[in-house]
Amino acid sequence: MWGLRAVRARAWGLAGRRGAGRGTDWPWATGLEGKQINRTLLITPWLFNDKGIMCLKSNNITIAYSDNMKSYRYIGMRLHNTSTTVDPNEMKTFQALAYKWWDEQGAYAPLHSMNDLRVPFIRDNLLKMITNHHLESPLSGMKILDVGCGGGLLSEPLGRLGALVTGIDPLNENIKTAQQHKSFDPILDKRIQYKACSLEDIVEETAETFDAVVASEVVEHVNDLETFIQCCCQVLKPGGSLFLTTINKTHLSYALGIIFAEQIAGIVPKGTHTWEKFVSPEELESLLESNGLLVQTITGMLYNPFSGYWRWTEHTSLNYAAHAIKSSAKVETEEHHTKSPGIDGQEASQK
Amino acid sequence: MAACCRLTRFLVVPGATLGGPRLPGLRWLSGSMGTEQAVYDVVVAGGGMVGTAMACALGHNIHFRDKKILLLEAGPNKVATKLPETYSNRVSSITPGSATLLSSFGAWDHICNMRYKPFRRMQVWDACSEALIIFDKDDLDDMGYIVENDVIMSALTKQLDAIPDQVEVVYRSKVISYTWPGPFCNTENSPWVQITLADGRQFQTKLLIGADGQNSGVRSAAGIQNVCWPYDQSAVVATLHLSEPTENNVAWQRFLPSGPIALLPLSDTLSSLVWSTSHEHAKELVSMEEENFLDAINSAFWSDANHTDFIDSAGSMLQYAVTFLQPTKSSARQLPPSVAKVGPKSRALFPLGLGHAVEYVRPRVALIGDAAHRVHPLAGQGVNMGFGDISSLIHHLSRAAFDGKDLGSMCHLTKYETERQRHNVFLIAATDLLKRLYSTTFSPLVLLRTWGLQATNAVLPLKEQIMAFASK
Repeated sequence: MWGLRAVRARAWGLAGRRGAGRGTDWPWATGLEGKQINRTLLITPWLFNDKGIMCLKSNNITIAYSDNMKSYRYIGMRLHNTSTTVDPNEMKTFQALAYKWWDEQGAYAPLHSMNDLRVPFIRDNLLKMITNHHLESPLSGMKILDVGCGGGLLSEPLGRLGALVTGIDPLNENIKTAQQHKSFDPILDKRIQYKACSLEDIVEETAETFDAVVASEVVEHVNDLETFIQCCCQVLKPGGSLFLTTINKTHLSYALGIIFAEQIAGIVPKGTHTWEKFVSPEELESLLESNGLLVQTITGMLYNPFSGYWRWTEHTSLNYAAHAIKSSAKVETEEHHTKSPGIDGQEASQK
Repeated sequence: MAACCRLTRFLVVPGATLGGPRLPGLRWLSGSMGTEQAVYDVVVAGGGMVGTAMACALGHNIHFRDKKILLLEAGPNKVATKLPETYSNRVSSITPGSATLLSSFGAWDHICNMRYKPFRRMQVWDACSEALIIFDKDDLDDMGYIVENDVIMSALTKQLDAIPDQVEVVYRSKVISYTWPGPFCNTENSPWVQITLADGRQFQTKLLIGADGQNSGVRSAAGIQNVCWPYDQSAVVATLHLSEPTENNVAWQRFLPSGPIALLPLSDTLSSLVWSTSHEHAKELVSMEEENFLDAINSAFWSDANHTDFIDSAGSMLQYAVTFLQPTKSSARQLPPSVAKVGPKSRALFPLGLGHAVEYVRPRVALIGDAAHRVHPLAGQGVNMGFGDISSLIHHLSRAAFDGKDLGSMCHLTKYETERQRHNVFLIAATDLLKRLYSTTFSPLVLLRTWGLQATNAVLPLKEQIMAFASK
């Protein structure tokens, strides 16, 4: 439960300030279309806090929101960035941003230390799929898509393990930070590509391209989870793995997140839909299964804010990680879903 | 000069191109970085026993097979020649733990094929009383090994030369500056440690391992505080011929009020001397006639001049009590062999001191070996602490590499620091305490240490604990 408070309440606290800083409605509530996918990393609201304030100063945000609001609430940032003159204020903010992402002891410390769990989780589950691997670069040759890569905190470790990583994030600033950070490492520079775009932007061009898709601390920010899962599934090769980490939708997360953060502490505006975007493992599992992804593992994660370390736990009532595999062929999947008990039963009896 | 620059992975830079500060070969080295310098995963500064062993351990570790590793050594490449007939006067006591590390990357086999002497027993006794402690192994395991430093170096160099694709070595390199990155990278500047050599070459590394000895340049450049003080003692070393061949598998050490004297087996007829004594006496010992020197050694081991009746009777009282309580168990006192000859030109002396780095790690920096700690040789732990550092660091680094972590990150470096400081601080403190306790002839203290030593000798579990700790 402390894990929740430390990670979530902090994020919400800042998210709340962001809303207050902008002096407008909660941006989640604006421009949400039915099929659109809206997501970000858990920490993005934080970054956006700086951005929000900055945008307010430059009076750019209104244009952004009245403009083409196709997918992202912070599309304003992208328009702002693509302006022809480089704003020195913006450069400063950008530096502050990078500083935050890569400071292991700083604001994102929980995400840095989450790598202790999620990197081995991804690595070991991928290694199960292949017969011969090299210990020096276990993921050598694998193509991995990191959705909502942020500053590249997870993309870089996967790249060091030999994987060819594509990191995408809707926020241009995040991609810049990630890009610059990896550019100092000649090996990572070759192995990792970053792109400021949304998942559905690349679905067409990268259909059935990736051996694995990773969406860590992303799905709780997604508006249309079903479409998101479908997109993940589309870009996966048959037999490819989807890795998700997110937060459960429980009374505990409600108590700590909504009651404490919104009603008592008042750091998040009332009526935020955030908690409703949280996904329970059961819901996620049925979404995955109905979209042709076979769930392999769902396991809980617990953050200890005193030690600063994560550990695996049986309880999925707060944070949890999931691994699912795209079934080999779409037709087979449907068959499997409709007739699976019979087929399984037959096979079992034959054996 | 071309010979000294062995950029094994890529090419040997022709001598003619070495004149200019910018080497054509170096641009090539840098690969995709274009005009920037090569980025290494690990650079080990210092190619002594510990530094070379670190480079070997990294180079032979499976998780580092696709990493770029560089070893910087100030000295020339000592081309492996045939083992000299005469034994070197600089020897180390190698614990079974260190031997395990050395065999993990194949260096121990080379040592076994060259020269080494296992010992099964250690007898330590006091010059001011009859008190003694005997460590021995009931089974046939070795307690430790006496190996010449040259033999260890040559074994390590062989193993390093066997992996030219894994570890690059730059000999005769003189580092003029280390440039540290900020506490965490801002995106403008390189997040790596930059190393500049005197010849103008520059390297970047994700992790710099300082193995450059007690006057570590890495340590001072990193601004890491070092707690140190010199002892009022120098160590005299020499290779000694015994008067008659024996099995010679006992390490002997006697605590004289002026300092401990140790006789370590090298072969059936040869032993190595390490005699810590006052600076003046040490100088005298090194310059005196051979015959006088031998007399001095023999009397240091045999003389009862420092005994007093009071301590003797107090000691024998406790000894009575012990034999009464444990009538069966008795490790018999053995007599050290007498010395007949000293190896020509084998006498040398060096000053002793204590040192300990307050921190072993900083972001992207780790200290190992004498750069992190320096001890009195009385416990024979100096190089073993260094090898212990390597075992610990390699364990944490290979795990970090397998988890895809940034090798220079503090999160695993601090684990190394905690693990090693716990071990090393205790050993340094214990060694320092022993040195002080045995440097006096003050009766109450002599009585105390006499009884303490006798009691320790009698309590077997305690002795086993000490042995287990010291053989790590």
